[in-house]
Amino acid sequence: MAYSEKVIDHYDNPRNVGNFGTTSECKTDSTVGVGVVGAPECGDVMQLQIKVNPETHVIEDAKFKCFGCGSAIASSSLATEWIKNQTIDEAEKLRNTEIVEELALPPVKIHCSVLAEDSIKAAIRDYKAKNGIAIEETAHSH
Amino acid sequence: MPINLPIYFDNAATTRCDPRVVEAMLPYFTEKFGNPGSRNHKFGWDSEEAVDIARGQIADLIGSSPKEIVFTSGSTEANNLAIKGAAEMYAKKPEGETGRGHIISAIHEHKAVIDPVKRLEKRGFDVTMLTPGADGLITAAMVKDAMRDDTILCSIMWANNELGTINEVPQIGKVVRDAGAVMHTDATQWVGKMPTNVVEDNIDLLSLSGHKMYGPKGVGALYVRRRRPRIRLVAQIEGGGQERGYRSGTLNVPGIVGLGMACEICSKEMDSERERLLKMRQRLESTLADSIDVTQINGHADKRLPHVTNISFGFVEGEGLMMAVKNIACSSGSACTSASLEPSYVLKALGVGDDLAHSSLRLSLGRFNTEEEVDFAIGNIQEAVRKLRELSPLFDMHNEGIDISTIEWATH
Repeated sequence: MAYSEKVIDHYDNPRNVGNFGTTSECKTDSTVGVGVVGAPECGDVMQLQIKVNPETHVIEDAKFKCFGCGSAIASSSLATEWIKNQTIDEAEKLRNTEIVEELALPPVKIHCSVLAEDSIKAAIRDYKAKNGIAIEETAHSH
Repeated sequence: MPINLPIYFDNAATTRCDPRVVEAMLPYFTEKFGNPGSRNHKFGWDSEEAVDIARGQIADLIGSSPKEIVFTSGSTEANNLAIKGAAEMYAKKPEGETGRGHIISAIHEHKAVIDPVKRLEKRGFDVTMLTPGADGLITAAMVKDAMRDDTILCSIMWANNELGTINEVPQIGKVVRDAGAVMHTDATQWVGKMPTNVVEDNIDLLSLSGHKMYGPKGVGALYVRRRRPRIRLVAQIEGGGQERGYRSGTLNVPGIVGLGMACEICSKEMDSERERLLKMRQRLESTLADSIDVTQINGHADKRLPHVTNISFGFVEGEGLMMAVKNIACSSGSACTSASLEPSYVLKALGVGDDLAHSSLRLSLGRFNTEEEVDFAIGNIQEAVRKLRELSPLFDMHNEGIDISTIEWATH
């Protein structure tokens, strides 16, 4: 199976790799939301971090780390690009299908895009929890 | 010598056909195209003679008589014929009943053995699937413990395709044959690489394949013992009665000629080739293990084929790693492409953790690889692991002293 050019581009030049400090620093920083999804047993672990302006709730920066295949790395790299400068409400609306389309992911790689969507949601949930913002249960199954 | 990219380090999947093999095959497509079953003209006689020569070349490589060779389309078919054919022949009760006989195999066999064995289980046979030790080996003691009064067949591969580990096949064969059962071995990865003598090694049925030993794809053979005792099989493909009725169908003469030539070359060059490949693999393994921390070589340290290595690099995912080493053609134990997300069942059978199973590369060297290619691969893999660990959240956790195995991961 050949990878699409966009997957290869993100894989070769991943955008926004990194984190906003150590695990414990990120835990205490209320402007940072962290989402870690997946499991090593499944062959994918995605970590997405957002740095949010507490006044405007705009995601001013986003970073990722990923243990996974090329499509998982590309999906998380793309996700950080897309959610930057969006409000958390806007970012929450991102759907995995948009990632599938942009990266031309084949059916066996759709779970990579699902992980990316889940990691955004998890990071936003973490940010909201830290700042006492009510978390709406979004009904979304996959 | 300049290196041609990509480098081919996937010789356990298939090998390049040796040019000497191709040369031997070519006349049998256009000039000597006869059907060896045509007994009344020169075209048929020429083909029949070529098939006889090939039978002898194969027999020489494995220490059998030429009459004991049955040509097939490859190892998968040979395995199916051996396992189903022997089980049906030696069944203790007729079809439709249970308790028809006991069969021993192992959980990390190739699917071409596992699936026929499972089929027999549905057809009334009892099956014991042995679990290898952490070193990947099946020993004679394990088989002895599993033997029952009604054991009719044991099928244990000689060398494992993912790990290169070598099972105690001669000793297992002795246990099985002494008990009056039939010993089959899938020797696809073994024959042509390692010295083989079906008589001394206590084998009744042996599967081999052309394309794993620098011969063509689509051709293989099953050795079927004819003396002490004579092993009989129920044919699985019926028709014209070729191959003493064991395998009907017009013989694939060019393929058979190629398989024969491949066997002859292996007979002559095996010893020097084995030594050369072992040195190359040892350098590959030791350099990678010494220069990259949290690296694990899977399978027994010594009881392994000289040309195969299976290495796990902690905190990087195998398929992602293969993408980073795009100039090296190899395989991964990661099954990220499969819908199940399950890593290699072979590595799992050894008790390798799921995370390290997902992090494995299988590199298999071959006749046409060079030391320069090994050096290039080492540099390429070191760089790829470094790059992917920079991306890896698991590597961060490791560096922060967090034990990944203690984390409760959210499943999805």
